[in-house]
Amino acid sequence: MAGGLPKRILRETEKLLSEPVPGIDARPDENNARYFHVIVNGPKDTPFESGKFKMELFLPEDYPMTPPKLRFITKIYHPNIDQLGRICLDTLKDKWTPALTIRTVLLTVQGLLSAPNPDDPLANDVAAAWKANETKAIATARQWTRIYAQV
Amino acid sequence: MSDSDYEHDDEDKDNDDDEPDYLSDPDDEFFDQVEPVLKPPPGLMAKEPRGPMGYLDFKFTCIGPDELMSRMHDIVKQVNAIFELPPCTTRILLSHFNWDKERLLERFYDGNQEKLFKDAHIVNPFRQARVPVGNSTILSVDVICDICLMETSHKQLEGLECHHLFCIDCWRNYMRTRIEDSGNALAIPCPHGKCDILVNENIVYRVMQPFPDVIRRFQYLSAQTFVQQHKLMKWCPSPGCTFAVEANSTRGVPVMCNCGYRFCFSCSSPAHEPVSCKYFQLWVKKCEDDSETAHWIHANTKQCPKCKATIEKSGGCNHMVCRNVNCKADFCWVCLGPWEPHGSSWYNCNRYNNSNAKVARDGQAQHRQALERYLFYYNRYVNHMKSLKFEDKLYAQIEVKMRDMQKLGLAWIETQFLKQAVDSLCHCRNTLMYTYVFAFFLTKNNHSILFEDNQRDLEMATETLSEYLERDINSDSISDTKVKVQDKSTYCERRRQVLLDYVYEGYESDIWEFNMM
Ligand SMILES: [Zn+2]
Ligand SMILES: [Zn+2]
Ligand SMILES: [Zn+2]
Ligand SMILES: [Zn+2]
Ligand SMILES: [Zn+2]
Ligand SMILES: [Zn+2]
Ligand SMILES: [Zn+2]
Repeated sequence: MAGGLPKRILRETEKLLSEPVPGIDARPDENNARYFHVIVNGPKDTPFESGKFKMELFLPEDYPMTPPKLRFITKIYHPNIDQLGRICLDTLKDKWTPALTIRTVLLTVQGLLSAPNPDDPLANDVAAAWKANETKAIATARQWTRIYAQV
Repeated sequence: MSDSDYEHDDEDKDNDDDEPDYLSDPDDEFFDQVEPVLKPPPGLMAKEPRGPMGYLDFKFTCIGPDELMSRMHDIVKQVNAIFELPPCTTRILLSHFNWDKERLLERFYDGNQEKLFKDAHIVNPFRQARVPVGNSTILSVDVICDICLMETSHKQLEGLECHHLFCIDCWRNYMRTRIEDSGNALAIPCPHGKCDILVNENIVYRVMQPFPDVIRRFQYLSAQTFVQQHKLMKWCPSPGCTFAVEANSTRGVPVMCNCGYRFCFSCSSPAHEPVSCKYFQLWVKKCEDDSETAHWIHANTKQCPKCKATIEKSGGCNHMVCRNVNCKADFCWVCLGPWEPHGSSWYNCNRYNNSNAKVARDGQAQHRQALERYLFYYNRYVNHMKSLKFEDKLYAQIEVKMRDMQKLGLAWIETQFLKQAVDSLCHCRNTLMYTYVFAFFLTKNNHSILFEDNQRDLEMATETLSEYLERDINSDSISDTKVKVQDKSTYCERRRQVLLDYVYEGYESDIWEFNMM
């Protein structure tokens, strides 16, 4: 890793900029090439639709041996995302392998917005609410999207 | 751990040079072996019967941390004598079957081998390409490693039999991360995202050869996993002890570690013979809940609702008057409300109608009976437990006596009978303690009466020995003492053995009936 950024990160960044994931804008910080500003559009036909969710993504020193660190900055009502915006995704934990990329991670996050999984919760109270009354939870999620997820 | 622990002499017979096996060329001959072995060699399947093993057949050995790896390699070798697969493949297969050789052999020859390899996350060794990793015809061409995206000479690529190749630096980083973070060295998958083939020891030794610290950690984790997976092995639960115990069956029988700790081989709790693991756990829970004792207090006493003094109900009348002379509150025993509105008769208590009253009273009587029964066994159990707690003190006293005897000219070895007697005493007390748990759950029948006779005999013998060791020993001459102590402790051991044999034979012939309580 002579002289700064590994080639893998350079190539991934290039590709993210030239062929972005549809519905996701991810660009590196001007001063730190390992820190990405991410905006995820809420997927259609979900309570997050028309929301723009800000996230931060950081590639640790030993990336890709360890997964990127990822967090929602925008408040979001979701059973797998806690109050601090941390995400419960196995790809970001034990299922991580160095063959996965920033792109795959972002796609998984998009998938999580489309299909919340209250059975594997990070935000316990949200998950409980989601299981007890899905219609009401979806309404709350929609409300939060309207209030917080507007850029 | 020495390198020789890692000799896989199935691969090359002339392995006596100093070079550890994991440094050898990756192009092992096994890649050329494509003849599938589909039929078991003659005589293999005629294995010993695997029926239930008798109590007396139970055997165990204690294995030190240094012997674990060679124990693991022994099993691999035994299986490989039949399979002729690469040892690293056999090890993953064995791990998949929790080191149950017989089950692996059965599956290997009875079932669908393709599926077996798939389930164990290894590439079918009989279907492997003849071209070994790193020996391609396109040697001169540079390729791009899929992880770091750097150009690498083809020679520098490494991979498992699934042929997902990555550069050696990426492999090193990957293994270091996985081995340092993971608790299971035998479950690291190929780094390719969609491949579940497991990393084997060969590639670890080959790739990590310049990093002995990582290799050591890998070996350590392998041994940990080995003991955890092997059904007939248990770690000694004594804090800080690094020994493991291997037995020939998973029975709930006590074993003794080299460190001196006695524990149940099946549930790893402190030794609890003769009671079975199931009823031992039930008992522990019952005592922990402490609900029984709490209930006893609850059933027999109440607090004055006004001054909180404890009131015990003695007569049958529910009109209570507090005994505290400064209080003298009138209240109802049943609802603890003031007595006044109840009028002249307790039937007026609005929470207490006639039929409920009877049920409650009967229930209370029954509960009381059950409780008394429990307390009977519990008190005796606790008694022995308390006595056992004095064992340290007794060992210290005996130590002094042994030194006194040595001053009088006895050899150290000649004084050992005293320590052995205290050992016997502790074993007997421990067994006695749990006979009360056994008896608590036992349903009365002819056999239970015989058991109780045995229990009484052991109890008497044990108390005699205990008393003698604590008191009478000073009044006798040394030669008298030795004879008496040895006689008494031999007698105790014999009573203990008689009791245990009877209980365990009873387990086998199914004569005991238990009540869950
Ligand atoms: Zn690489
Ligand atoms: Zn693979
Ligand atoms: Zn031990
Ligand atoms: Zn047990
Ligand atoms: Zn009172
Ligand atoms: Zn009265
Ligand atoms: Zn009343």
